[in-house]
Amino acid sequence: MLTKRIIPCLDVKDGRVVKGIQFESLRDAGDPVELATFYDEQGADELVFLDISASYEGRATMEDVVRQTAAKLAIPFTVGGGIRTLEDMKRILRAGADKVSINTSALEQPTLIQEGADYFGSQCIVVAIDARFCEEDSTWMVYTHGGRNKTTWRAIEWAQEAVRLGAGEILLTSMDRDGEKTGFDLALTKAIRDAVTVPVIASGGAGNAEHFMEVLQQADADAALAASIFHYKETSVAAIKAYLHNKGVCVR
Amino acid sequence: MKIGIIDYGMGNLFSVEQALKRLGINAVITANKEQLNSMDALILPGVGAFPDAMKRLQETGLASFIQSTKKPLLGICLGMQLLFEESDEVTTTEGLGIFSGRITKFTNAPRIPHMGWNDLQFAHMPNWLTTLQEERFVYFVHSFYAKDIKPEELMAFADYYDVQVPGIVAKNNFTGMQFHPEKSGQFGLFLLQQWLEGVKKC
Repeated sequence: MLTKRIIPCLDVKDGRVVKGIQFESLRDAGDPVELATFYDEQGADELVFLDISASYEGRATMEDVVRQTAAKLAIPFTVGGGIRTLEDMKRILRAGADKVSINTSALEQPTLIQEGADYFGSQCIVVAIDARFCEEDSTWMVYTHGGRNKTTWRAIEWAQEAVRLGAGEILLTSMDRDGEKTGFDLALTKAIRDAVTVPVIASGGAGNAEHFMEVLQQADADAALAASIFHYKETSVAAIKAYLHNKGVCVR
Repeated sequence: MKIGIIDYGMGNLFSVEQALKRLGINAVITANKEQLNSMDALILPGVGAFPDAMKRLQETGLASFIQSTKKPLLGICLGMQLLFEESDEVTTTEGLGIFSGRITKFTNAPRIPHMGWNDLQFAHMPNWLTTLQEERFVYFVHSFYAKDIKPEELMAFADYYDVQVPGIVAKNNFTGMQFHPEKSGQFGLFLLQQWLEGVKKC
């Protein structure tokens, strides 16, 4: 039986791992390659690297990080951040990443999803969606630029459009929950999960093992992603998996 | 031991190369048939669409080379699917025909692709595999699978909704793995290492 996946996310800036609370007040939490290997040994099912470097030099460093990680890691990993063209995808995938994740660039230029899927296959193309509930729209809307800019897309419709264009997976982040550690947004996750046929990774709000169980069982997410609770050793991938296993969730 | 990775312009050769490196093997990546012929064993990797892959194998003459080779050959993911008779992907396309059966899309699965870690169950042991580890999860990512295959050629499978997904197939010198052993953690490396041990004995 296919297992549910636990995915640590590493925010990388200029070659170092950082994580912000609600995308502010960044703290340095270590060397990406070392952390990646550590998570692999802990039983992480996959890893996501999010490159938040603002400069060209920072992004060039990311390519080195990808290459070094690929040489050491025996599990799949995804790279997102700063990928705007098919050439960027080629650069990162050839450096050894298994998938690329696109967010703002996919909204600005939806054909990028199609180009990537045609060239590498859908399994390589993850579309990341940052969603926040809007009272005036009575639904979740898609945001860009770390949650600052609201788009005209409803999250459910954008997820469907992304899959139609060739996305092989949706990485769904709740901007309402991100950094809060109060649990994943179950309603949002369930809504997207029911709207598309590709796997959905839930992100934003993980604070403890129970939160993982809720999103994987009740909202039926295919995978759950978290960053800070792993980096600051508040809990471990191994501890969460042991908990899930005891609660009857199928994990590796 | 010399291992050749068949380079026909499809997919991520880097991760297979890296996995072999971890097992102490410096593989040669090439499309040159003479060079491939000087190897002890071959790996046919591949990510992408079946028709494109077959077209490239035919244009380069690698299709007939693979069909006639007596060397141990391991096909991974699309590389395994290419060893079958035919595929429905995009348009009906003839494969290399080493294994009986066809490559067809999941129809009833609510989630496509079949992506993630699944438990490998063994029906038979391939001739290169003598022992097994307790943990048998491997990483799959695919939307098509091998159907109507000969039971004696099916070594291991994984359950995905109503389908028994062939995970390892084997026949004579040919082995196919639908999952990615190079991405399947310690167990994946163990399977690769066992296959390499088998090559040594040939």
